[in-house]
Amino acid sequence: MGQLFDFTEVFNNLDKIAISFWATIRLAAVTAVLSMILGTVWASFRVSPTPVLRGVGTFVVNLLRNTPLTLLAAFCISALSDILKFHFSETPSVNGYWWAVTALSVYTSAFVAEALRAGINTVPLGQAEAARSIGLTFTQSLRMIILPQAFRSVIGPLGSVLIAMIKNTTIVGAVAYGVEAASEMKALFFDLGATLPMFIGFAVGYLVLTLPAGFFFGWLSKRMAVAR
Amino acid sequence: MVDIGKGAGDKGTSDNPPLVVLENVNKHFGELHVLKDINLTIDQGEVVVIIGPSGGGKSTLCRSINRLEPIDGGTILIDGKKLPEEGRDLARLRADVGMVFQSFNLFAHKTILENVTLGPMKVRKVGKAEAEKHAMELLERVGIGTQAGKYPAQLSGGQQQRAAIARALAMKPKVMLFDEPTSALDPEMVKEVLDVMTDLAHEGMTMIVVTHEMGFARRAAQKVVFMAEGQIVEESTPDEFFTNARTDRARDFLSKILTH
Repeated sequence: MGQLFDFTEVFNNLDKIAISFWATIRLAAVTAVLSMILGTVWASFRVSPTPVLRGVGTFVVNLLRNTPLTLLAAFCISALSDILKFHFSETPSVNGYWWAVTALSVYTSAFVAEALRAGINTVPLGQAEAARSIGLTFTQSLRMIILPQAFRSVIGPLGSVLIAMIKNTTIVGAVAYGVEAASEMKALFFDLGATLPMFIGFAVGYLVLTLPAGFFFGWLSKRMAVAR
Repeated sequence: MVDIGKGAGDKGTSDNPPLVVLENVNKHFGELHVLKDINLTIDQGEVVVIIGPSGGGKSTLCRSINRLEPIDGGTILIDGKKLPEEGRDLARLRADVGMVFQSFNLFAHKTILENVTLGPMKVRKVGKAEAEKHAMELLERVGIGTQAGKYPAQLSGGQQQRAAIARALAMKPKVMLFDEPTSALDPEMVKEVLDVMTDLAHEGMTMIVVTHEMGFARRAAQKVVFMAEGQIVEESTPDEFFTNARTDRARDFLSKILTH
């Protein structure tokens, strides 16, 4: 029983754990930015007045959100990187990092786009009409009037998407970038045996990342709410 | 410019050149024929009030003039130019046509000042300092200069609508469209908005106003257009219309709104 809650190994390997979580953070942070940008592009496509763009947006979002992330990551690292030799860098770890970021960003962007589209639907039609009536083009009114209000109304749901993304780093990590926290946990299990304390140590590490993120988005969505 | 008006019926009432010309305009919402062969000419500086029962096509007509509602037949000319289809040309034309909505539609995430300066800065490419100076003049003129830093939701309905008028005026439009500007307001706020509109009319702004405010029509309008079932039923001066309507349909409508 005493051994079951013996955290000595966790503390002995704290440096490795910290380094692996730092890799997770780098993965998640860059993915957050890229998936937001890409998701905004898809959402803009889906509300565009051009039928072709609307079609492309719908197709891409449905394709991405209905494909398992494991497959997407495996496709990136095996097919695109290993077989077709599309390399971001000659250094394998750097190449793996960017393919992991790519797979996760592309995947997450579909969910960002859907959250954002729900947000666009909360903006009253009159806002777009007023924007058009003062002579703003479609792109201008989307950028200056519609999207800023849409973003503010879906900060909460976007937070959930980003938390899911942080947890999904474990999947792309396992497939493409074997130095982030979940991969490190696997390595430590392999070296030291799978123990409950080690498991708890890593679980707490993820909570340290995701819980504050959740609180932050909750606070932000209250602060940024648009009064009507 | 050549005389665009075709018959005596669709001539403007003044000697000024025509600014907005609608010729055989038709519009359907599915099965519903909402605008039937509309011919209407509005001269420069003219104030036209459009009245009539709800569902008669007044708002649709007003909104079709800056193509918030596309039409499916006929032509609309503004200052001699045909209304463009979608795209950059249409945006440019809309900048010249001010619009005031029933539900104000101020940009909810921007302050009153930002609402007024946005169009001039992004569409007309006016510098920030100049846009703000002009915006403050306009806000003072409509009596809400002290509210410039607030957000729309912090203002009363009457103040919001006056801000919306200032936002439209900031683009220095050739013509202003008002789509039931006082219908969503509490009674005591109607006057403050109508006062601003009356001043505007007396300063020579070309205005097309969809409204039920008969007082405003008498005070400020040169022409009253009575619409029902998608058609222009009657077109005359306010005095003539309110005292001596020619058609039964108009007399019936007036008896319902004037006797209470």
